[in-house]
This record gives sequence, structure tokens and C-alpha cells, in this order.
Amino acid sequence: MINEIGLSHYLILAAIIFSIGIIGIFLNRKNVIVILMCIELILLSVNINLVSFSIFLQNLVGQVFSMFVLTVAAAEAAIGLAIIVVYYKNKGSIDVDQINSMKG
Amino acid sequence: MEYAIVFLPLLGSIISGFFGNKIGNRYSQLLTSFFVSISAILSLFIFYKTLGGGYSSNKLVFSWITSGNFNVNWSIYVDPLTSVMLVVVSFISALIHFYSIGYMSHDPHQSRFMSYLSLFTFAMLTLVTADNFLQLFFGWEGVGLCSYLLIGFWFKKPTANSAAIKAFLVNRIGDFGFAIGIFLIFLFYGSINYNEVFALTPLLAQKEIFILGLEFNLITLICLMLFIGAMGKSAQIFLHTWLPDAMEGPTPVSALIHAATMVTAGVFLVVRCSPIFEYSQIALNTVTIVGLSTAFFAATVALVQNDIKKIVAYSTCSQLGYMFFAAGIGAYNVAIFHLFTHAFFKALLFLGSGCVIHSFNDEQDIRCMGGVWKKIPYTYGLMIIGTLALTGFPFLSGYYSKDAIIELAYLRGTTISYYVAGIGIFIAFLTAIYSWRLIFKTFHGKYNNEKNSFSSIHESPMVMLVPAMILAVGAIFVGFFFKEIFVSHGELDFWSSSILFLNPIHHEHIPMWLLLFTPILVILAIPFSYYLFIKNKKILKNIILKHNKIYNFLLNKWYFDELYDFLIVVPLKKLGLFLWKKGDINIIDRYGPDGISNLIKIISDKAVKFQSGYLYHYAFVMLIGLSVFLTVLIIY
Repeated sequence: MINEIGLSHYLILAAIIFSIGIIGIFLNRKNVIVILMCIELILLSVNINLVSFSIFLQNLVGQVFSMFVLTVAAAEAAIGLAIIVVYYKNKGSIDVDQINSMKG
Repeated sequence: MEYAIVFLPLLGSIISGFFGNKIGNRYSQLLTSFFVSISAILSLFIFYKTLGGGYSSNKLVFSWITSGNFNVNWSIYVDPLTSVMLVVVSFISALIHFYSIGYMSHDPHQSRFMSYLSLFTFAMLTLVTADNFLQLFFGWEGVGLCSYLLIGFWFKKPTANSAAIKAFLVNRIGDFGFAIGIFLIFLFYGSINYNEVFALTPLLAQKEIFILGLEFNLITLICLMLFIGAMGKSAQIFLHTWLPDAMEGPTPVSALIHAATMVTAGVFLVVRCSPIFEYSQIALNTVTIVGLSTAFFAATVALVQNDIKKIVAYSTCSQLGYMFFAAGIGAYNVAIFHLFTHAFFKALLFLGSGCVIHSFNDEQDIRCMGGVWKKIPYTYGLMIIGTLALTGFPFLSGYYSKDAIIELAYLRGTTISYYVAGIGIFIAFLTAIYSWRLIFKTFHGKYNNEKNSFSSIHESPMVMLVPAMILAVGAIFVGFFFKEIFVSHGELDFWSSSILFLNPIHHEHIPMWLLLFTPILVILAIPFSYYLFIKNKKILKNIILKHNKIYNFLLNKWYFDELYDFLIVVPLKKLGLFLWKKGDINIIDRYGPDGISNLIKIISDKAVKFQSGYLYHYAFVMLIGLSVFLTVLIIY
């Protein structure tokens, strides 16, 4: 059953999406919204993991938990965007390279 | 009654010190003067009680220290010696409180001044009413503190501040000796209460102790240490340098503290400890020699000084020397008698000088005075009385006490005491000359003050003159009235147990020439100095020109200050600078606090570079950290 899609495929997909999200955070030099999107990607990859394990283990808790993660992700995205709007109003830019006021 | 005597001045001091702003200058003056006056009247009453002889009482205030078998009480001990001191201290203090009302009338800090004066009175009274060495030491330091505060009362004057610090530091040397004396007493007697110590002394008289391999007689050592304390407080030679400088303080302070009371505390200490001193001939001889040297030294210096208060200050120093050598030859009662009379006429002289300074609008140089005796007759009269009493003019108070010292020195009959008598007479002559020089330069001759016109010279107000007049009455009569009680053949009755005479001096026949010699010399000194300082100044100028070196030697007070500067002050300053600059700043600070804070700064400067401020760097570091952590967790 080589062509059958199994748990490992889901996990690999999730790992790939997770890596894309992480690498996106590091390599992104454009603007903060991309970072926000990358975080969403990471969360989604986690969701994929949760759902696939839930099916594999015949346990609904994983799917329920993924619903929570989605909710939290939505809220987080709203807050994140709000912060970005306010930040843009104050600084006039949301370039990642220019956000370094934490520099010591 | 005893409680009131001691604590009323303290109460007055607290009220006028802490609430002076609220009750105002006038009320704090009246209040403190009133309290001290009550205390003076009660002291007179106690003195009257002791005149009957044998009276003594010891009132406990509270138990101060109880530690094992070491017991120290706070108490009010009254015996004849104390009662004499009580009268001197509280009576003169009361008069000076009143005098200060007039003298300080233009000062903005009058209630503070009155508070200090009353506090001083309290400290002095605790000193004289102590029944143990610790309370004595408390009073001793208390008067030292008040002396410091009052010398530096005009704290805006740098000279006054440095004089105050000088007085404090020089007294520290004396107090150091005094404290060692008390330690020794406690170590070997196991107690510091007078009655126990004095009772044990005969048993310990022969005890020898070893210090650094040297053998000392215990009693001698204790006496010498106590005497060092007395030297500091009473401005004896080597530790005298603070007293002339202390004249920077207000004149009432000079009169009260640096003439009548505090400086006599040393004499009081020696007399109080007569039961110990009597067992050590070496210590007594030291007291005699130091007293004699001081009397001689101060008298010679006083001959050429030009500041009116400095002359009187050196004269005080000299008279304190008299008291000490009187105590040294074993005539403690005469020492106290001289203390008693001296308090009156010296306070009078200081108050008189204060009036003179007041009249001349704060001029103190006697070269800038003269010819004013008709303008300020009261002051003139007071000064004359004070001078007559000081020089020992017949039948005034100084005559009885000073001549008694010389006679008893003669009667003692040892080599050293003959020597003392001879020098004593010579010093009496010097005293007469410098005192009359002061009078003639101040009141007679030409008027030569350029700052104030002749017509502006004015008599001082009554509030200043009346206390001085009361003192003048005292200066005239106390010698005559009290000589029977203090020094005559019935002496042992009055003093009873408060003074121990191991070998009392026998009152044999005193040769007539001795009785007459000093008074005649002193009287002759009047026309002699009139001639020298008024009539024929050329002689004086010639003498000064011919013996310029001696003149400068005396004018510069035997170069004591310069010597101390050279020997002590400058080396210590260098040492202090060295320790400060090299030791403190270069070593301790450099490697201590400064070094550590610099090190932390350097490290944090490096750490700061790590903080780029970019979000993704932080995230990356977090990820790396997490990976490493997880890897480690999985592998191990």
C-alpha cells in the first residue's frame, strides 16, 4: 500500500508547513504582517498534527483542541493586526528592519 | 532640693532649646535665667548647711549600669567640696545668664545661646555632684561638648569654628588619659565609686604593675593618667593651646566656661581624688611642676599680648597653674579656695572686658583703646576691682588665696616647695604687671581708636553692669569672709572627709617678711607699670628693640602652636592626605567599589551588543535554545 495516504504523510506535511512558518519569520525582511501570517502557518501545522493524531488514535479530544487553537489564532490575529495598525500610525512604517527599538 | 539644683538648668535648656522659637527670645532668656537663679539660691542654702561641718548626703537619681558586680549609680553626692563647687558654678552661671541678656541682645540666636548656657550648667553640676568616676566622666564630656558648641556659637566665623574644633581635639588627648585612668581604676579596684576606690587605695599603695616590661607603681600611674585629663580640661602647659583660641566665643562664655567653671574642673578632679593622689609623691610632684610651669609660661605670655581677652585668658591659665601647684604641695583646701575666689574676680574681669569690648563696638585690641576711663566709669571701676583682686592687693579676695598658697608652699618645707614659693612670688609680680598693663593701656593714656569717635564710646546697659557689680562685691569680700572656713586652722573640720590630708601642713609661725613681701611687691607693681606703660614708653620700646627675640618669643606664645603644627598637625595632615589619596582612592576605591562597578559596566557593555533589537533574532535564539534543549533531553 505504497500510495495510501497514512499518518506519516500528514505529519510530514505538518512539519513542512511548520518549517515554512519558522523560516518565514527568520528570513522575512519585508513587513510584520508576513510574520503574523507565518505564525498562523505554525498554528495551522500544529492543528494538522492534532487532527491527524486524533483520527489515528480514535480520540476526539485532539479535534476539539484544534477548534480551540483556531479560536485563539483568530483572536491573536485580530490583536496582532490591531497592534500593527497602531504601530503604523505611530511610526509610519511596519518594516521589520526598522523595528529595532529594543536595541541595547 | 538637690534634684532641683541639678535638673532645673537642664529643664530650662530643653525648653529654650527645643521650644525657643515658640516662646520667643525674651521668655527663653527669662526662663533659663530664672531656673538657674533658683538653682543658685538652693546651692547657697546647701553651702550654708555644710558650713556647720560634716554634712554630706548622697541622693540616688537612678541606677545607671548594673552588670555583674559593676554598679554605677546616677546620683547627687553632696559634701563640703561639692557644695563649694555648686555655689561657684550655679551662682556665677546665674549672673552670666543675666549678663548674656544684655550682651547678646543683638544676636539672632539668643534662645539657642541660653539653651547652651543652661545645658553647660547642668553638665557642670552633674560633674561636681558625681559619686563615681563614670558620672564624673559624663559631666566632663558634657561640659566639653557645651564648650565646643559655645566657642563655635558664631558659626559663620571660620576662626570660631576652627577654635571650637581645636578645643575639642586638644581635650580629646586629655580625655584619653582620663579614660585610661578610669579603666585602670576599674581593673584593679573592681569598682569606680568614690567611696570604695578611696577606701581601697591604702591597700593598693605599694602595688606594682608591669606594662611592656616596665614597672610602674599602680597609684602613680592612675594619678598621672587622671592628671593628663585634668591638664587637658584645665589648659595646663602642653595642652593649653586651646584656651586662648577659645576666646573666639562670646565673652559671657569666656567668663563662665573658660574662666570660672569648666577649666577649674581639672583642679576639682585632683582635689576630689586627693585620697589617691596623696599616696603618690611622684604624681604630686608632677602636678606641682606642671602647675608651676604653666603659671610661669602663661604669665610671661600675658605680658606682651595685645588682645584684651587673650590677656585675661592667659591670666586664667596662669591662675589655674597656681591652683595646681597648690594641690601639688598638698594644700588642696587652698587650691579650692583660690578656685573659689578666682571664679569671682576672673569672671568679673571677663565681664568687664566684655563691657569694654561692647563700649568700643567689638574692638579687642588694647593698642586701639586708651583714655576712656572718664567715659565709662562703671566699667573702669569694675575692671579696677577685678585687677586688684587678681593681683592680690591686700584685703581683696585674691590676696587671701594667693598668699595662702605661697605661705603654705613655704611652710611645707621641702626643696620643691621652697622653689614653688619663690617662683610663686615672682609670678604674682608678673601677674600684677600684665594686669596693670591691661588697665593702663585700655583706660589711660591717649585715645587712639580710629574706627570709633571718642564721643561714641558708651557705658554698657545695666543688665550687664549689675551682674558684674555683684561679682565685684564677691571679688572684694569672699576672700575675707571665707578664709577662716577654707584655710584657717579649723580647715579639717569644714572639709571633713571630702579631702584627705596624709601629711597636713602645720601652721607654724610664718616669717613676717614673707607675709609682707608679696603684697608690697604687688603694690609696687602699680606705679612701676604706670611708669612703664604710660609715663615713659621709651624705656619699653628700647627693651623691646634690644630683646627683640625674647619679645617675639613671648608674643608668639613660646611658639607652641608653631611647634605643634610642625610636630603633629603637618605630619598628621600629610599622613591623612597620603591615606586618602593613595590608600583610599588609589587602592581601596580602585579595586573595591569603583573597580567592581567598572567591571560590571564593561561586561554589560559587551552584553548590550548582543541585543540587536530585531524580533527575528530573538525568535531565532529562542528556537536554537529550544532545539539544543530538546536535543539534550532526547539524547540523554
